Amino acid sequence: MTKTLIPRAARLRGGLAFLFLLCFGFPLTLSAQSQAPAPKAESQSAEPTARETQNARVTALELQVADAKSSADNAWMLISAALVLLMTGPGLALFYGGLVRKKNVLGTMMQSFAMMGIVTVVWAIFGYSLAFGPGNAFIGGFHHLFLRGVGLAPDPAYSTTIPVETFMVYQLMFAIITPALITGAFAERMKFGAMLLFLVLWSIFVYDPMAHMVWGKGGLLNASLGGAFPTLDFAGGTVVHVTSGVSALVCALYLGKRLGYPKIPMPPHSVVLSFIGACLLWVGWFGFNAGSALGSGSLATSAFVATHFGAAAAAIGWSLAEWIRNGKPSALGAISGCVAGLVAITPAAGFVSPMSALIIGFIAGVFCYWMVTAVKSRFGYDDSLDAFGVHGAGGTIGALLTGVFASSIINPIFKGAGGKVFPSGLIEGNAHQMLNQLVGIAIAWVLAIVGTLVLLFIVDKIVGLRVSSDHEVQGLDLSQHGEEGYYWETSA
Amino acid sequence: MIKVEAVIQTSKLDAVKDALHEIGVEGMTVLEARGHGRQKGHTEVYRGREYTVDLIPKIKLEMVLADDMAEKAIEAIKSAARTGKIGDGKIFLTKVADAIRIRNDDRGESAL
Repeated sequence: MTKTLIPRAARLRGGLAFLFLLCFGFPLTLSAQSQAPAPKAESQSAEPTARETQNARVTALELQVADAKSSADNAWMLISAALVLLMTGPGLALFYGGLVRKKNVLGTMMQSFAMMGIVTVVWAIFGYSLAFGPGNAFIGGFHHLFLRGVGLAPDPAYSTTIPVETFMVYQLMFAIITPALITGAFAERMKFGAMLLFLVLWSIFVYDPMAHMVWGKGGLLNASLGGAFPTLDFAGGTVVHVTSGVSALVCALYLGKRLGYPKIPMPPHSVVLSFIGACLLWVGWFGFNAGSALGSGSLATSAFVATHFGAAAAAIGWSLAEWIRNGKPSALGAISGCVAGLVAITPAAGFVSPMSALIIGFIAGVFCYWMVTAVKSRFGYDDSLDAFGVHGAGGTIGALLTGVFASSIINPIFKGAGGKVFPSGLIEGNAHQMLNQLVGIAIAWVLAIVGTLVLLFIVDKIVGLRVSSDHEVQGLDLSQHGEEGYYWETSA
Repeated sequence: MIKVEAVIQTSKLDAVKDALHEIGVEGMTVLEARGHGRQKGHTEVYRGREYTVDLIPKIKLEMVLADDMAEKAIEAIKSAARTGKIGDGKIFLTKVADAIRIRNDDRGESAL
């Protein structure tokens, strides 16, 4: 019989507080939402000259072209946002769900799904504002509290063609999946309530600052908007994968190993589910990377192709390494390889050529295989689903290789006065960029380590992180959620 | 009455069932089981971790037969299930105290 984690009175108070917040936020949003009116050209004089008519027609045409471009960009961005959400649910949920023991399948999937709900609400209220609102070099502010000012007009700092609301909801999907990735490290042993509290705080204190630094206006590491240490991170190698992956390692070390690990065998209960999840991740990643072009133009094509090539090469790299080392290439290895490649190509996607993407992918596949097999067993930490081995390590090496392979031919990101284009990466002649990449990577590592340690400590003191050993043996599905994943008893 | 319990390879179920039907055995219970005798298991590798699987899937058949039927059943099972390799399985016999048909009240051999 499972006991409820929070007493009834406390839950009622919590629910009322939430409703109050919602009612308070609503009128604020409605009253303060600004919408820039679309400029309209009107001919003034009673007898328009031929010249004036022509001008009016050209202006109208220009508006139509801009409209068409906006429509195309917005369409792609909305699809991309949906694709990225698909990566979390059910992509990651299935990928992780299949890797755990049967008694924990629902608990694991719930961790991803919970992020879809709760990060959305936090993002809407103030998360977006902290990450992408105006502030300082490290964090935004509360200018966009309750999404004030986030309407249908573009925010030129981020994009001139799509509504900033599209941008906001696209970025939300990234904010959702990042904490969900961490759940792989503490699989099968974390209390549901503690996980919720920890990951929400993590999203606010680790994700939002990192996103702001790399992508936000005024961010320290922002390569597009003149940051002091411009880090090339197209779709979130540092923001998403290094932060979550390194945090995952900290979590695994702090929480300790699962009962019986490594003596008791804990093979995946369904590699089939993981396979389906991984393929959904691959397809969804097109939204993650190509959508980071923030438009439907040729940069999206570059990122799309680089993403796909990176995934394929990495799957081959991992499988090859496994085939050589074990004599057989496993399905789990192949799909893990493809995910590693997708992680590594994430920071590089919109900066590198297709051939470079193949190289980056292959390197990541082999490197992550080594991390997950040799390094993990050497040090003995229970990073249950290899969140660090794939995301932390893959993101780090991807960010480094981005500095090596970035090409201004693909993306002229560094421009001087008069439009002069500077080389992007090491091979092209910009060795200094490696330093910037290292700064970005280092900041991600430090922020993740410090932030995670502090937050784990706090949450541990408030609610306690780990389930009791009885609950761990019983399984999360029953102990945390009162359910069974597969009810295949023979009762007609 | 004798209870015949046979643990056989999963791939031999159909052959054994057919052989038993041919000699007139009408009732049996089939269970999915795991086990091993001297047969070695196999190793599986997941993300670099090796797992030794030494409980191998097997099929267990149970049937209660009249004494004379039991010997015929044993021969049928042996010829259908044998491959000659380790892992073919085993047959066990026990004496049964009684048998009752639930539908009516038949007892003893008439219940079989």
